[in-house]
Amino acid sequence: MSTDVDSEGEFETSSGGFDTDSLTGVGLEWTHRTESLFHAVLFGASVLGVVVLAVLIVDVILDALTGLAIGLDPVTFLTQHYSNDSSQAGFLGAIVGSVLLLFFTFLFSFFLGVGTAVYLEEYAPNTRVTRLIEANLTNLAGVPSVVYGLLALGVFVNGLRMGPILLAGSIALALLVVPIVIVASQEALRSVPDGMRNGSLATGATRWQTVRGVVLPSAMPGIVTGTILALARAIGETAPLLMVGTVWGLRHTPGPFDRFGAMTTQIYQWAFLPETELNFLAAMGIAVLLAILLGMYGVAFLVRNKYERSY
Amino acid sequence: MSTDTSPDPGITAEVADADRRRNRRVRRLLFGCTSITVLTTIAIFAVLFDNAFQFFTDERFHQWLIGMAADLTLYFPEQRVGLLEFFTDTEWRPSHADDPRFGIIPLAAGTLLVTIGAAFVSIPIGTATALYLSEYATPGTRKYLKPTLEVLAGIPTIVYGFFALTFITPVIVGPLGALFGISVGRFSALSGSIVVGIMTIPMVASISEDAMSSVPDELRNGAYALGASKYRVSLSVVLPASISGVMASYILAVSRAIGETMAVLLAAGYSANLTGNPFDEIMTMTAYMVDATRSTMTVGSVEFQSLFAVGLALFCMTLTANLVNDYVKRRYREVYR
Repeated sequence: MSTDVDSEGEFETSSGGFDTDSLTGVGLEWTHRTESLFHAVLFGASVLGVVVLAVLIVDVILDALTGLAIGLDPVTFLTQHYSNDSSQAGFLGAIVGSVLLLFFTFLFSFFLGVGTAVYLEEYAPNTRVTRLIEANLTNLAGVPSVVYGLLALGVFVNGLRMGPILLAGSIALALLVVPIVIVASQEALRSVPDGMRNGSLATGATRWQTVRGVVLPSAMPGIVTGTILALARAIGETAPLLMVGTVWGLRHTPGPFDRFGAMTTQIYQWAFLPETELNFLAAMGIAVLLAILLGMYGVAFLVRNKYERSY
Repeated sequence: MSTDTSPDPGITAEVADADRRRNRRVRRLLFGCTSITVLTTIAIFAVLFDNAFQFFTDERFHQWLIGMAADLTLYFPEQRVGLLEFFTDTEWRPSHADDPRFGIIPLAAGTLLVTIGAAFVSIPIGTATALYLSEYATPGTRKYLKPTLEVLAGIPTIVYGFFALTFITPVIVGPLGALFGISVGRFSALSGSIVVGIMTIPMVASISEDAMSSVPDELRNGAYALGASKYRVSLSVVLPASISGVMASYILAVSRAIGETMAVLLAAGYSANLTGNPFDEIMTMTAYMVDATRSTMTVGSVEFQSLFAVGLALFCMTLTANLVNDYVKRRYREVYR
């Protein structure tokens, strides 16, 4: 690329565009103009994200409010089960399903994820096998979420004959978020300075005593924050649950061994069908989902700000 | 790996021994946790392959192996869907009563159309956002822009699908189609491209920005000293210097777009048309898998096993993208000290 940006004197306006390469002897004034145009373009692109977010939220809220305006009752919505009659339709089973899914996802993914992170950061020798395991983790994080649904469908639902129950769904979600929990935990463990480890080891503590007594307590806020964010990802997932097999219209409160649905799958059903009233129900469901997500992000934010120390 | 020194007088040898044994047990347990992650990858591939095998033949792969081992004979299972048909047929209608056809081309073309369209949205906007954040934004603007991008990345895909259905298609794509004299239905490939593009902007922006921020100021200052404008520095110094990270973000965004499911289904639809017209309804590979779950299928039927065949193709595509990403990062990385 030519760099003759700044030779003073002649000023050509012939080619109009903001690509200065084709111009010879470009004036300073032109440079300024390109500069501010470029700045404006970049700023516009960055603001676009904010605009989209605002439009999206307004779109959801407007649709949800329209739902209320045409007589959909928020209390009915939060306390009743699904119904084909949209004025009687509720979201309760879906909310309970999502909360239970979240609980079991946490159970399956937290210890597995933190255990793996501790092994990789504190125990693993720097060998080719370890590097392979790490590379595999990045690959796992890039596997589409539907594929995790297929995995659960093939292994747990059909292979082990669990059937399409809530536990199978939470296993799919847990496998999906484990890589996220691991990476977040690794970062938290890495931020604990080696001096603390060495101090503990120097007193004669074993590696495990050091990890349990010194490293994990210091890294815990970071681990908890990362886990909450991973769970927020899990509660928003739809595709893996659909692959495991959810109930189309949930009329009961699911237990761990029941056929199940979740907030996202119920929203999908309402959004997918062409009746506009159902779209309002979907919007109300999304409002609940986003409120729960907001709460989870809030807790993660609090934990990070209140407990996290930097060394 | 602890180098235990001799225990202090208060700790007997037995206690120290017990501690060391516990340490070894925990180490083994944690290694077990770690091996589950490897096992997951193996299981994904094994399950997809084993089940996809039953799509093409009338047996699972492991059943075939066991069958051969039991009879000590070499045989080939009966074919149900030809590999050639799968890769070359231009029709995808697995549940057609008389003449079911299993050509993955329409699905792959749908995925490709949405992915390319999404790249046209996310790459320019994401790169521009990254450049703005790393070169132009004041700390005050950064403080608001970055969290907004994170929130945008954290919104569930089903919500984006709803957004596409209730806003992008009727408000943006519909009028645009009318401009060309095309009436757009509930679903269109263009809506899918736009919504997936929007979803992947934060990914491109944040990874690219990390790469740009790690370009040392000496390079920038050198260019300024030669009289370059800020715009020149951004495009001719910072962007080339951070190109490996920027390319990596593009590949990750593409990989994400290939695997995206719910938003694409609600935006681009579920009829497998082989078309290049962005205003048409199409079906991506992921959309097929999710849409098929609405019908009841028996395990082992060609239709059911087709989920795994399409899933295997999808997995191979994203795996390739991820491996290319790995390669690009290693091959073109510039290390600054």
